Amino acid sequence: MKTRTVKVDYLARVEGEGGLYVKIRDGSVTDVKLKIFEPPRFFEAFLRGRDYRETPDITARICGICPVAYQMSAVHAMEYALGVKVEGQLRALRRLLYCGEWIESHTLHIYMLHAPDFLGYPDAIQMAKDHSAAVQRGLQLKKAGNEIVSLLGGREIHPINVRVGGFYKTPSKRELMALAERLKWARDAALETVRWVAGFSFPDFRVDYLLVALRHPSEYPFNEGHIVSNRGLDISVKSYEDYFVEEHVEYSSALHSFLKGQEAYLAGPLARFNLNFDRLPAPVQQAAREAGLNETCRNPFQSIIVRSVEVLYACEEALRIISEYEEPESAAVEAPVRAGTGFGCTEAPRGLLYHRYRIDEDGTILDAKIVPPTSQNQKSIEADLRRFVSQHIDLPDDAMQWQCEQAVRNYDPCISCSTHFLKLTADRV
Amino acid sequence: MPSSAENTAILVIGIGNEYASDDAAGLLVARRLKQAGRADFAIREESGEGAALIEAWKSAARVIVIDAVRSGGDPGGLHRLDASGAPLPAESFRGSTHAFGLYEAVELARSLGDLPQRMIVFGVEGQNFAAGRSVSPAVEHAIDSVARAVLEEIKKLGNEQVEKCMSSH
Repeated sequence: MKTRTVKVDYLARVEGEGGLYVKIRDGSVTDVKLKIFEPPRFFEAFLRGRDYRETPDITARICGICPVAYQMSAVHAMEYALGVKVEGQLRALRRLLYCGEWIESHTLHIYMLHAPDFLGYPDAIQMAKDHSAAVQRGLQLKKAGNEIVSLLGGREIHPINVRVGGFYKTPSKRELMALAERLKWARDAALETVRWVAGFSFPDFRVDYLLVALRHPSEYPFNEGHIVSNRGLDISVKSYEDYFVEEHVEYSSALHSFLKGQEAYLAGPLARFNLNFDRLPAPVQQAAREAGLNETCRNPFQSIIVRSVEVLYACEEALRIISEYEEPESAAVEAPVRAGTGFGCTEAPRGLLYHRYRIDEDGTILDAKIVPPTSQNQKSIEADLRRFVSQHIDLPDDAMQWQCEQAVRNYDPCISCSTHFLKLTADRV
Repeated sequence: MPSSAENTAILVIGIGNEYASDDAAGLLVARRLKQAGRADFAIREESGEGAALIEAWKSAARVIVIDAVRSGGDPGGLHRLDASGAPLPAESFRGSTHAFGLYEAVELARSLGDLPQRMIVFGVEGQNFAAGRSVSPAVEHAIDSVARAVLEEIKKLGNEQVEKCMSSH
């Protein structure tokens, strides 16, 4: 009997601490584990007993990479509980803020974390020696996203300007117009990015995923929509927990999510793109087609192209919102407190981010549940590794390890976030 | 474009996440230094995300960075690292929540030829990096002495500049 293992104790170029383990016996994969060994963080418990108005600020601290996503899911859930709806320019500003985060987060992953895999470098530092113009473009493109988040969020790190009902302060038309100039440059840079990554070589690998993303009647999804799949699921955000469940596995400090009665599902850029291609504006669709994507993409290694298409979309959408912006009369909709339960689901850069809160008549949080995208994708990551190794069983050890790591990085996993919500259960003696 | 004033000033960057216990050390030192109210150096707070760091120090020639480290030393212990000529020890900076953090920012800037001429990193040994706002007593206790060490460094860097100016005349 011949046994072979692919083992990475510490995955590089992913957010947080995790490893991977693949065991091959007599030419077949017998075990695959994405190991997440960061200690769990108990944000859900921390939220209990706090005032409902604190949720955007508290949850923004969960992730240094996507604080806006946490804020957005939190305020939408609270507004649901309070029975208010934020519309018009305030809603548009929320989309604009989300554009900023997608640009920042995706660009960081494309250029600094993922591109080195395709160009054969151990990291962006080595890559920059031969591709300095591309790396500089990545840094500047990311900066355009930072500027949106700084202006609307009130500051770059842990934005503080978002509140239940809207914002504390809204920008002037002039402030937004100043952003537009850089965003026009960013749109061109994003298009160059799409073309750049489209030229990479991709392993021949296709997966018939169960894809899950938000879908809105007219928009590419950020903040609003039904939760849909490519196999007929179409539910309101409120029903999320009727369909999706989480389970504990011993080798991961993050809960694994799955759709009841079915196996792994995929959330994130690939799922959004496949389920919402028709919601992209024509120039973005054209860029995707020119990059060889057509209307569907089932190769997870090509997620780098999909991310770059989404950055292009975020630049286009930001420019549209800015050109149509009129300063609102009020920075927020008043939302009188009442007891209730609220549900919010938005599209974080890495996929669906679900929040649910129960508050009492004073607005004190009684109960909170948060499901981040990386914990939802853990099963899919493992399934990809199993398939990939099975199909490429003859690769030499070093190439196999490299491509397994790359297969994990296809997901841009945020391991730190994935562990934040593990509940302390009674299986410890 | 950066002005010449920016180019000659010393920039102090405190890095951290104040909701990750001892990871806040760099921010606490930066705030302590702000209290000194000195005009001969600028102070910034950063989360430690690498691309933002490169942007922050882009127009500065002399930079001092303070960040929490995890290298197995005594909590509150201070490391002084000169990154101007040699790479930082990557392992020590894994306490950061960023895949692309301070170490990567310094080395990427070096690859691009954009590293400030002087780059001194003060690492404050942390003990607890869990979510929360409580800083370990040993780290809390070290903040004042780290701030003093940074002020000493500023003095040294200031003298270097003077020496350079004099030698060029």
